[in-house]
Amino acid sequence: MSEPEESAAPLRITSAETGETRALEIAGRLTVFEVTEAEDRLAALPADRDIAADLSGLTRFDTAGAWLIARLRQRIEAAGQSFRIAAAPADFEALIARVSGLAAPAEPAAPAPRRGPLDRLADLGEGVYRAGQGAGVFLGVFGLFLARLGRALRHPGEFRLTALVSHCEDVGLRAVPIVSLLSFLIGVVLAFQGATQLRQFGAEVFVVDLISISILRELGILLTSIIVAGRTASAFTAAIGSMKMREEIDAMRTLGIDPAMALFVPRILALILMLPILGLVANVMGLLGGGIMSLLVLDISPAMFLTRLSEGTDIANVLIGLSKAPVFAVIIGVVGCNAGMRVGSNAESLGRQTSKAVVQAIFAVIVADAIFSIFFAELGV
Amino acid sequence: MAADPVIRLRGIDNRFGTQVVHEGLDLEVSRGEILGVVGGSGTGKSVLLKTIVGLKPPNAGRIEVLGRDLTSGDPAARAAVEDRWGVMFQDGALFSSLTVRENVEVPLGHVPDLAPATRRALAQLKVEMVGLPASAGDKYPSELSGGMRKRAGLARALALDPEIVFLDEPTAGLDPIGAAQFDQLIHGLSRALGLTVFLVTHDLDTLYAVCDRVAVLAERRVLVTGTIEEMARVDHPWVHDYFHGPRARAARHEG
Repeated sequence: MSEPEESAAPLRITSAETGETRALEIAGRLTVFEVTEAEDRLAALPADRDIAADLSGLTRFDTAGAWLIARLRQRIEAAGQSFRIAAAPADFEALIARVSGLAAPAEPAAPAPRRGPLDRLADLGEGVYRAGQGAGVFLGVFGLFLARLGRALRHPGEFRLTALVSHCEDVGLRAVPIVSLLSFLIGVVLAFQGATQLRQFGAEVFVVDLISISILRELGILLTSIIVAGRTASAFTAAIGSMKMREEIDAMRTLGIDPAMALFVPRILALILMLPILGLVANVMGLLGGGIMSLLVLDISPAMFLTRLSEGTDIANVLIGLSKAPVFAVIIGVVGCNAGMRVGSNAESLGRQTSKAVVQAIFAVIVADAIFSIFFAELGV
Repeated sequence: MAADPVIRLRGIDNRFGTQVVHEGLDLEVSRGEILGVVGGSGTGKSVLLKTIVGLKPPNAGRIEVLGRDLTSGDPAARAAVEDRWGVMFQDGALFSSLTVRENVEVPLGHVPDLAPATRRALAQLKVEMVGLPASAGDKYPSELSGGMRKRAGLARALALDPEIVFLDEPTAGLDPIGAAQFDQLIHGLSRALGLTVFLVTHDLDTLYAVCDRVAVLAERRVLVTGTIEEMARVDHPWVHDYFHGPRARAARHEG
């Protein structure tokens, strides 16, 4: 920050009382940079007599200075005295006239009413109501998807296969590296932790059961769904949301294209097709990580690992794990698409909805997983 | 030609990759004038504005603003002029998380020891000076119409009473009444505050209503400058079409 260096004459304020009037002289610079000083000095002037102001010595001035003079005039005149500008640069007088009456001091805003316990209760109720509404909207979008899917089955011509394939590539193929890597690492961690605990009981060989059951039944698909929720739900929201922002969705409607058919069906269907495959990849990689770690830490040979795996683990575990995949896929897809349609006209709401979609999708996936656990436990499988 | 130039451009080159936008561009803007910069799409009007205010360093050439050489790379030279110009971007470019008045208060934060109450009042003053209702100060940019956002952007550009204001398409996207009001606002404020205005526009009405001088960008340089009457006599196909087209005739009759 540096001050403008030209017209360096500093601000000078002098006042002399002569009988009924006070002669006020302001000279030098009166700009926004001097306004604080000048404001204090002018506020100290008593409003007990008329003022004749000589401003002809000003070398530099701006709206802030003019505003200050206008305010002084207002204060003096409010006190029943007169304020006269005896001499001033013509531009400055015009400027004073221009700012007079503007920016009247606002009445202090009414303090926000205190919030009592009843208000908080009302907030809680509103939150619950909104959550219920959100669930209703979710079901609505899901229903819309099913209806359009049914329509696509009856009129295959309306279905956009190219879009489906392209989304499958985005959602499925491109997610394989990250899903593989993470599930491999989880397998490693499980084997390592399991080995150190089970070794205390001399039951190292049960590490294979631990790895296979936890990965095949729960972790493989849950982990995949969480990664896909973070990756794909946000991508859906961002893609559909930016189309909404640029009025592309409105354009589609006017052209007779159904946004749900064109945007929702290929995306959610791609997820339903791809998530089980990704889950399977995760299972394989998780077992691989666990197997390698078992070999390194516990000297369990691959042959022994495989024997133990097929003896101790029922195929039902794999089926239970993968049977959750389509449900998770629908949750992630519907949450992502729905959030995209809720984007408003500004970029801020796009960002807000995108992060909301990720949080909601992960939350809903974990809740659904918990419900599945109870369900399968009650069934006894 | 221009007396007391506040902006002086010499030999400006601007390139994006292999695409040459400006080559050997010269331009002078004198104190207190309103210069309208026109040119076809893609002739680099907005690029020129961004070059002068330092958002896009030129590939070659010399930029002098208020007697300081901005191309010397001396941060002190930039700092010395930064509070003495204001820039209004096309859609206002207001900070969306701040109210209109808080937006105008941002440049006022550069003033040392300014009391918060005074800062508020001065910001409110600027909001009202650009013709916004007093209540607009407490609104967020998303609650305003396009024309009001432009006015608010102008208020922020004028917050420190700069000597130069850069306006990028101030009337684009406004209805004719709003555009005419904005023209008058720019004209009135520039005369009241002694502003030098660098105005990029497509709007012929604006050229006729407010501009003292017009600079035509074509063929990668400033092809010609002069008053709007002089433009009508320029013998260059683009300039001729521009100032003799049906829209130009209509604007001339009104202006």
